Amino acid sequence: MSKIKFDYVRKSYGPNEVIHGINGTIEDGEFVVIVGPSGCGKSTLLRMVAGLETITGGEIKIGEKVVNKLEPAKRSIAMVFQNYALYPHMTVFENMSYGLKIRKVPKAEIKRRVEETAEILELTPYLKRSPRELSGGQRQRVAMGRAIVREPEVFLFDEPLSNLDAKLRVQMRLEIKKLQERLGITSIYVTHDQVEAMTLGHRLMVLNGGNVEQFGTPIDIYLKPETLFVATFIGSPAMNILDGRLSDDGTAAILTTGEAIQLAKPLLSHKGQAIKLGMRPEHLIRCDADKALLYLNADVVEQLGADTILHANLGGSGETVIARIDGVVPAASGERFSFTIEPENLHVFDSDKGKRIN
Amino acid sequence: MVENRPFLDFVTHLVLIVGILLVALPIWIMFVASTHDAVRMAHVPLPLLPGGQFWENLRLTFFGNGLKGSETAAVWQLMLNSFIMAMMISIGKISISILSAYAIVYFRFPLRMTFFWMIFITLMLPVEVRIVPTFEVVANLGMLNSYWGLSVPLIASATATFMFRQVFLTIPDELLESARIDGAGPMRFFFDMLLPLSRTNIAALFVIVFIYGWNQYLWPLLVTTDQSMGTIVISIKQMLEAETGSPQWNVIMMTALLAMLPPVAVVIGMQKFFVKGLTETEK
Ligand SMILES: Nc1ncnc2c1ncn2[C@@H]1O[C@H](COP(=O)(O)OP(=O)(O)OP(=O)(O)O)[C@@H](O)[C@H]1O
Ligand SMILES: [Mg+2]
Repeated sequence: MSKIKFDYVRKSYGPNEVIHGINGTIEDGEFVVIVGPSGCGKSTLLRMVAGLETITGGEIKIGEKVVNKLEPAKRSIAMVFQNYALYPHMTVFENMSYGLKIRKVPKAEIKRRVEETAEILELTPYLKRSPRELSGGQRQRVAMGRAIVREPEVFLFDEPLSNLDAKLRVQMRLEIKKLQERLGITSIYVTHDQVEAMTLGHRLMVLNGGNVEQFGTPIDIYLKPETLFVATFIGSPAMNILDGRLSDDGTAAILTTGEAIQLAKPLLSHKGQAIKLGMRPEHLIRCDADKALLYLNADVVEQLGADTILHANLGGSGETVIARIDGVVPAASGERFSFTIEPENLHVFDSDKGKRIN
Repeated sequence: MVENRPFLDFVTHLVLIVGILLVALPIWIMFVASTHDAVRMAHVPLPLLPGGQFWENLRLTFFGNGLKGSETAAVWQLMLNSFIMAMMISIGKISISILSAYAIVYFRFPLRMTFFWMIFITLMLPVEVRIVPTFEVVANLGMLNSYWGLSVPLIASATATFMFRQVFLTIPDELLESARIDGAGPMRFFFDMLLPLSRTNIAALFVIVFIYGWNQYLWPLLVTTDQSMGTIVISIKQMLEAETGSPQWNVIMMTALLAMLPPVAVVIGMQKFFVKGLTETEK
């Protein structure tokens, strides 16, 4: 077990730089989830830790050792791939023991470790089967088992659950979380699933276009997104972003439709400037028309049972707003709703740079 | 087609049966000829039903030197030669092409594409085209009348290299990466992963190449002057010309029958792998 340190890590494919200098430290035993849109470099970063891609610039340290030039097998890592990459001609037992065999671990020790791991993952009845005789979930478990028996210092997961159906995904997600807690092995987990991103890890790294947008606990990121990108990327449905400007005294945000919304604290540094105002759909609260801060005209109403998603436009302006209302709300398209929001649930961003200012 | 029309059924069966008869009739005649004695075979009309001389002919042919008056070696010797040549060609072709494909697919070395195209170009140079220079080389190396001389020039194969290249390209990259993380070097990856994963393809290739080797005619004719190094396919031709007067059809046909057996055995024995190797895509 050991920590991982990224020190201005860069990666180029030919003239294209895809990772532009990533910094950060992953603590011993910590579970970090990397999330970001497709093509942002998540897999590339993970594969650089694994040693499957060369590092163009900067340093990656595992423990106290710089691993830039180290073979994958010498890095004390184990990786679980999206397609599992099980050896199709070997049994489950052979799949799990292959790495140990190469390392010349004694036979009895191999047997003990594989059986122990199989026990944890409930794979014991399948040890003699070949991967093609297993279900998707079982294959996934074998891939995990293969990683665990090696007793690595670092686990790397590249979207390990994305080939499973929704129900199994929930189950495996919980299992991975429990397993990581139990083994306490430093782990990096790449995903683009919102729920996995929020629930699995201790900390979340949001990547965009080869840069770290924010690195913090999932709740911090949810409550206080540092950039417009993070604000809209984390959370589902995505945060509403409205154009506006700060009032001249900096105490309120004024929307394009003219409504003034009081902020929790005045923003003196940006008085009178153009801003983007963020509101999460779940933070919009229905209220009586006289207390309302926003008036929304419903366009489409989605009834999910537990809650209702209202796709609406802001009082006649072209801006669309999504609101999430608890329970079943009978509503027809074109109907007018009044909403309010707690000042502490407002996110204010600089209009040019997209940086948070409140 | 899932049509059910009796007339169509009848026509399709008719076509198939005629086809089978066309193919099977010569084989039947060959078999019948190998069961009569030489005298009967010299009379017209030729027999269409088997006679009682099969074992006698077999003994005569297999252990004797084929025909009276010919100079061919004993047929068992010829078959052994053919077998060794076919095996050497098969094993050689498979080993060389699987290794070349491994190099081309999995290693980045200077001039990789040049080598790839050089191999590709050899498709245009089968042994028949380069027969004179190849003979020259083999003669200078002192390999005339040897198993090496018979097989080495036929071993290099662009087709087989391409086949293995295609097979390797279907193996997902993650498998290589997993193996690397598990600590497998290039040799282990080859022997532990690639070889078992191409098993069915190797078997399929073996069937094709073995028959190719067994049926070689022109090349063995050139490099073997010593009768004891001859191959069975050549000897059949030689037997036909051996004797003035009427050919001994019973012995010749028995030889032909014997010459057919090993390829048939290989096809039947490897049929399961063969079909799998050509159709299986899941890796
Ligand atoms: N071998 C390569 N050669 C050139 N460019 C590459 C190569 N591999 C990846 N890239 C580029 O690097 C960028 C990052 O790719 P990467 O696979 O890390 O994305 P990702 O975040 O994992 O996306 P996804 O969620 O779709 O898996 C992409 O723009 C991709 O086009
Ligand atoms: Mg990826």
